[in-house]
Amino acid sequence: MSLIWIIIAVLIFPGLLFTGVVGLLMSWVDRKVTARVQWRVGPPLFQPFYDFVKLLGKETILPKEGNPFVFLLAPVAGVAAVTVASLILWIPILDWKALAPLGFSGDIILVIYLLTIPSLCVILGGASSGNPLSSLGSSREMKLVLAYELPFILAIVVPIIQSGGQLRLDSLVAFQEANGAVALKLSGVLALIAAIPCIQAKLTLVPFDIPEAETEIIAGPYTDYSGPPFALFKLMRAMLLFVAPMTLVIFFCGAMNFDGIMNSVLSVLKYVGLLVLITVIRNTNPRLRIDQAMKFFWTIPLLLALGGVILALIGL
Amino acid sequence: MKLTLKALAKSPWVYHLSTGSCNNCDIEVLDALTPRFDIERFGCVLVGSARHADVLLVCGSMNRKTIPRVLEIYGQCAKPCLVVAVGGCACSRGMFKDSYNVGDPLDSYLPVHAYVPGCPPKPEAIILGVVKAAEVLKKLGKDKPADPPEVE
Ligand code: SF4
Repeated sequence: MSLIWIIIAVLIFPGLLFTGVVGLLMSWVDRKVTARVQWRVGPPLFQPFYDFVKLLGKETILPKEGNPFVFLLAPVAGVAAVTVASLILWIPILDWKALAPLGFSGDIILVIYLLTIPSLCVILGGASSGNPLSSLGSSREMKLVLAYELPFILAIVVPIIQSGGQLRLDSLVAFQEANGAVALKLSGVLALIAAIPCIQAKLTLVPFDIPEAETEIIAGPYTDYSGPPFALFKLMRAMLLFVAPMTLVIFFCGAMNFDGIMNSVLSVLKYVGLLVLITVIRNTNPRLRIDQAMKFFWTIPLLLALGGVILALIGL
Repeated sequence: MKLTLKALAKSPWVYHLSTGSCNNCDIEVLDALTPRFDIERFGCVLVGSARHADVLLVCGSMNRKTIPRVLEIYGQCAKPCLVVAVGGCACSRGMFKDSYNVGDPLDSYLPVHAYVPGCPPKPEAIILGVVKAAEVLKKLGKDKPADPPEVE
């Protein structure tokens, strides 16, 4: 019985189908806001769905020099990782009886790992295609992961300290419901400011779209992808666009809450506000070089996150 | 008509392929990509990799050096892939018809789905060409554009 519920949860409701559809819609929001910033009309509502379906019908070309096994498996693993991350993040929000036992001590760490897997899949996929531009993109992505992972994890330590050192998502959510959002305290604000550029880099959006800088290395790790594997990568990116800002909302902005209309509207507003902030950052900044990005992450966000951790330990 | 082809008509990603034009057609293609013309309304995006291309925007009269490269890039595109000839040169070799280095016109090598005349064509005309090429796909329905012939 509970196994069936888990399968439904993974494939349909908080899992694959739901995250995929919402993620594609959110990538439309991203594109539409971009278009409005540039004083354009922008794409129609279902544009990301057209793109996805179109890519499913295109030819898949396997690289001659590459490793077809890793090449084809990388996007599947990426989508699977984001699906599970989304599922785990939704468990404390939904608070369903059938899913509640899935929360365990340490699921925060699991979420951090699962959110890193898409980047690893992009690295693997790019490196396995045997294309010099792809491997260049992969190596840049790898450096980017090294750069942003440390400040990101330090920033996430702040809500953990504030909620009393528990590594459980549901106790974190319960703590914020009782005591107000983490970002209402000074340490939470610092950590949130440190985490936003990390999310930007996780999503490889401008100013950190260095791995796929189209003016230098064509499309980076995706250069040799076509057809359904590329569609899966697109889907993974879209799902990550939904899941990554949602992670920040859950960790810093008092989670989400869907009982009552006021609460639901507030939750959606929190998420969409963060998404629009990310999009505006993306549209008002030039692309950095990889060394500048590393220098940036290892100074400002790292110091902010460290300051946040110290303040949280003092109790501010 | 297949769903995927219908979706292709709604999201033709364009790839800019200059085969040795006088550069004016290329400038007009870049103009068509600016916010003023906003090709994203039709779902068009400029892609950098031929693997992602749905529409090849070919400019210029192909010369003997670029013909094999054009065919190679067409071979690298994931099919179905449409070809739009942009400018008088790509349509019919234009004023370079009798030039010493110019070979056969584009449509004797590749299946061309839309011709955009003009020297250079306006950005509006280029966008119309892409949209019309996508409509050709709707009419053709099932069949995929043919593979290019081998080059010697
Ligand atoms: S059609 Fe005219 S503008 Fe275009 S490449 Fe030929 S000569 Fe240049």
